Amino acid sequence: MAKAILQLGELTCPSCMTKIQKAVENQAGVSNVKVLFNAGKVRADFDESQTSAEELSNVIKDLGYEVLKVKVKEIA
Amino acid sequence: MIKLNIWISKHQNKITAAIAILIALSLVSDYLIKLPIAATVFMIVASILGAIPIALHAFSALKNKVISIELLVTIAVIGAFIIGEYEESAVVTFLFLFGNYLEQKTLEKTRSSVKSLTKMAPTTAELVNDDGQTETVDVDDLDEGDHVLVKPGGQIPVDGKIINGTGYMNEASITGESTPAKKGIGDKVFAGSLTDNGTITVETTSVGEDTTFGKIIELVEEAQDSQSPAARFIDKFATYYTPAVLIIGILVWIFTQDFPLAITVLVLGCPGALVIGAPVSNVAGIGNGAKNGILMKGGNAVDSFAHVDTLVLDKTGTLTTGQMSVTDVDNFGEDKESMLGLLSAVEKTSDHPLGQAIVKYINDLGITKTPKLPELDTVKGQGLVGSMNDTQLLVGNERLMKANQVEITTAQRKAIDARMNDGDSVVLMAMDQKLRLVVGVNDQLRPDAKSGLQALKDAGLKRIVMLTGDNKVAAQRVADRLPIDEVHAELLPEDKVEFVKKFQKEGSTVAFVGDGINDSPSLATADIGVGMGTGTDVAIETADIILVKSSFKALAHAYVLAKKTTANTKENIIIAVGTVALLLLGLIVGVIHMGSGMFVHEISILVVIFNAMRLIKNKPAKLDSNQVLKPADQLR
Repeated sequence: MAKAILQLGELTCPSCMTKIQKAVENQAGVSNVKVLFNAGKVRADFDESQTSAEELSNVIKDLGYEVLKVKVKEIA
Repeated sequence: MIKLNIWISKHQNKITAAIAILIALSLVSDYLIKLPIAATVFMIVASILGAIPIALHAFSALKNKVISIELLVTIAVIGAFIIGEYEESAVVTFLFLFGNYLEQKTLEKTRSSVKSLTKMAPTTAELVNDDGQTETVDVDDLDEGDHVLVKPGGQIPVDGKIINGTGYMNEASITGESTPAKKGIGDKVFAGSLTDNGTITVETTSVGEDTTFGKIIELVEEAQDSQSPAARFIDKFATYYTPAVLIIGILVWIFTQDFPLAITVLVLGCPGALVIGAPVSNVAGIGNGAKNGILMKGGNAVDSFAHVDTLVLDKTGTLTTGQMSVTDVDNFGEDKESMLGLLSAVEKTSDHPLGQAIVKYINDLGITKTPKLPELDTVKGQGLVGSMNDTQLLVGNERLMKANQVEITTAQRKAIDARMNDGDSVVLMAMDQKLRLVVGVNDQLRPDAKSGLQALKDAGLKRIVMLTGDNKVAAQRVADRLPIDEVHAELLPEDKVEFVKKFQKEGSTVAFVGDGINDSPSLATADIGVGMGTGTDVAIETADIILVKSSFKALAHAYVLAKKTTANTKENIIIAVGTVALLLLGLIVGVIHMGSGMFVHEISILVVIFNAMRLIKNKPAKLDSNQVLKPADQLR
């Protein structure tokens, strides 16, 4: 398992948050998704055998949001 | 598709401006040039241009099974377009996009305090390679065990241990303490702190989000998003509300066959202010706190703290600084100044906390002339013994005096007993078996404890209770100087928990203020745990509210802020619900149409944001001197 931290551009509408939350959650192998509306960050745990931080970042870009930075941390 | 989407979001503000120009051109053509065809064309172009970004958002949300506000607007705009109301459709898209723009700008303001905190986070470091050369790297590329070089005036990029060099560290961003602390080899340093001087090499123990500074930022970021009960309710409401509006719109169309009315319902039903009203108050309130050294863990903490009526305090380390200071000196020698000079000289040789307090006290009096002393012998548990010019010198406690047959007169006895009754530790000095000085030393009260507690009471707090493990005399002595209503002394940590539970059973909402480590059971039991922050992980994790600067002024500000934030949230909900009600009324009466409805909506969103922004400017209350100087009995 790994934890991805994605820094997005400024989020302004609360409905964006629900959108991003659901879109990322719907990916296979993803759990514990947290969208920080005010910080413009997304945190999610994912199974590296099923998806990657890159893929999650593409999902968010697909919704029309900028992804500025992607960080991945190994977790046990 | 992805690229188009991002391109459009990036240039949304330019699109909005273009629509504004088109609408203006259209109005000019219509009224000045009298060219209605051109006017209509401009409006059509404006509508299409405006509808694209909105429709794209709506579509991407729909793909993820979310019915968004954008969907309502898109349907309404397409509807207006079909029936030929180009002016309405253009105005609605413009107002919607322009509203987004204003929302973005004003939200930036409410988020500014946290942004300024994040900006203080280090980004690069000077990594020392194995060959001794340094290179500049991104902090994210550092690992545990890496050595980094920090130059004078530089920012420490990681949490770690100094392995080379010494310097003065300004750790204000972590501990709130602005006096630089001297640190040398083996001492811990924190990311985000600054070196005032000295070049040091630091061995990394943690990086980025794992550092203490990183955790503080993470905490505040999460706090701003963790919602109050009111906000959560609204959020849930909104998920059903938007689809419900869509269904109502369809029903209106089916039953009245009035298509324009149906699409107007869609526009009016946008839950704009309702959705943003409650969170925006929290963001502003929590942001204000963060700027003033108060970390509130989310909307829940703010909400509960606002309802607190009973404040329970720990004494040592909370009401007092945990540092010793001299309370009183009785002189039985000839010249007080030379007596104190001598005492200071003796105590300088000791690193006992009592001794250090005495030296500081005497230095602060301006007495710096101290005689040269011969070697002194330490008598364990009693004090120091020495001789000077054939005069025997004793400095220590009563046992030392007794052991050396020092006679104590009635007046001296009285002075000693007075200090002891106050709960002080007593330090005595005797020369040639005659007692010369009686010094009382006690734990220092925080300088703003009294004014802070009074401010809390003025803000509507009903009861302040002090619980302590200390003896009754010492406890009462502290309580007498403060606006405290109840004192319970000689308690174990589990007794403190019982008191908190008892107050809760009586129907009080209890906040417990402690230093976070031995008080953690009480912090957890109380409705709100307030940690006097020392920047340690324990304090950050147990408490709901953390006072980074360990000040009571900050506590009072936090209480007022929590109350104001809760009130602000309520105001915003009333504004939002009121707007929807007014619009519906306007619709029924027939004065509200699509364009004007959208306009009122956007105004209401701005009103709630501006209302929340009042919280940012809220400064900690200044206490007037009159209030601070009131005698303790008058305060109760």
